[in-house]
Amino acid sequence: MHWSIIIYCGLITFLTRFSMIFLMNKDVFNEKIKKILSFVPAAIFPAIIFPPIFLDNTGSLNMENNPKIFAAIFAIIVGYFSKNIIATIFAGLISYWFLIFIHFQ
Amino acid sequence: MTTRLNILTRGIIDVSPLMIPVVPFGIIYGVIGMDLGIGPYMTLGLSVIIFGGASQIVLLQLFSGGASSLVILSSVGAVNSRHLLYGAVLSEYLSSLKLTWKIILSYVMVDQAFAVSNIYFKKNKSSENKHYHLLGAGFTCWTIWQISTILGIVLGSIVPEELGLSFTISLTFLALLISDFRKFKNIIVMLTSGLVATIGFNAIPFKAYIIVAALSALIVAALITVTDLKKK
Repeated sequence: MHWSIIIYCGLITFLTRFSMIFLMNKDVFNEKIKKILSFVPAAIFPAIIFPPIFLDNTGSLNMENNPKIFAAIFAIIVGYFSKNIIATIFAGLISYWFLIFIHFQ
Repeated sequence: MTTRLNILTRGIIDVSPLMIPVVPFGIIYGVIGMDLGIGPYMTLGLSVIIFGGASQIVLLQLFSGGASSLVILSSVGAVNSRHLLYGAVLSEYLSSLKLTWKIILSYVMVDQAFAVSNIYFKKNKSSENKHYHLLGAGFTCWTIWQISTILGIVLGSIVPEELGLSFTISLTFLALLISDFRKFKNIIVMLTSGLVATIGFNAIPFKAYIIVAALSALIVAALITVTDLKKK
């Protein structure tokens, strides 16, 4: 990786933060746009979450005896009830370790 | 002078509880950076130059998958596009500041700092020095993020590969969505994004699956929003 790509990424990130503060006085975004922008995390994060869970190293679908699917479901359940970010991550990680080191051995 | 210091301290105190999940997130990021072999300087460099946890992990993931610079750049931009909203919301309170202030505050306007300073600004609209709150909150986030990145870099050179820590990428982002699990509309948007990304992972060229999935899901979100507004 080149430092140049990191600097460009830093620049674009800065611009997403700076542009609106610099350009707007207020309420340039209407309610509809604000509502849609509030969906951005829900629209992007699953695209990062899903492929490494459901696809194997060759990129083909792996639904059978896939410990990541079980661990992710367990993490979702813990997240749903606890509403705690750290508890969710560790629930997923510990159940994953349990499955790969103990159950599937 | 004391009021400035008071407001700055207020910002630090307000944002502190939100730093608890940031520490392990930063450590995970540092470990992944080392795991993918970009080395300690670049791993820390990303934290300083980009200073956006989610986008840094996306960058690493796409880079290790062999994505092109253009795809990496647009994906990072897409992940961080939520800041447009933050800026638009806060601009109302920051419009009278000098350019230097706007630049400094933009650099540290991350999710957690936005969340607490937005609340503070709403309550203290008339305060002349209210921007010190965002400065305090933002630089607290910055400091904690850099320290936990370094911790991750140190740990990353020790942690064995068998632990499958790359799975924590999925888990971390999943955890960031827990507040969306109870909203049916958000679940539809999430499933759209996840399914398009999984199906498109091989089918969509140039590793552009994140962008394509995100745009598809945002179109669904827009449709939901429009039909919702019509009902009212």
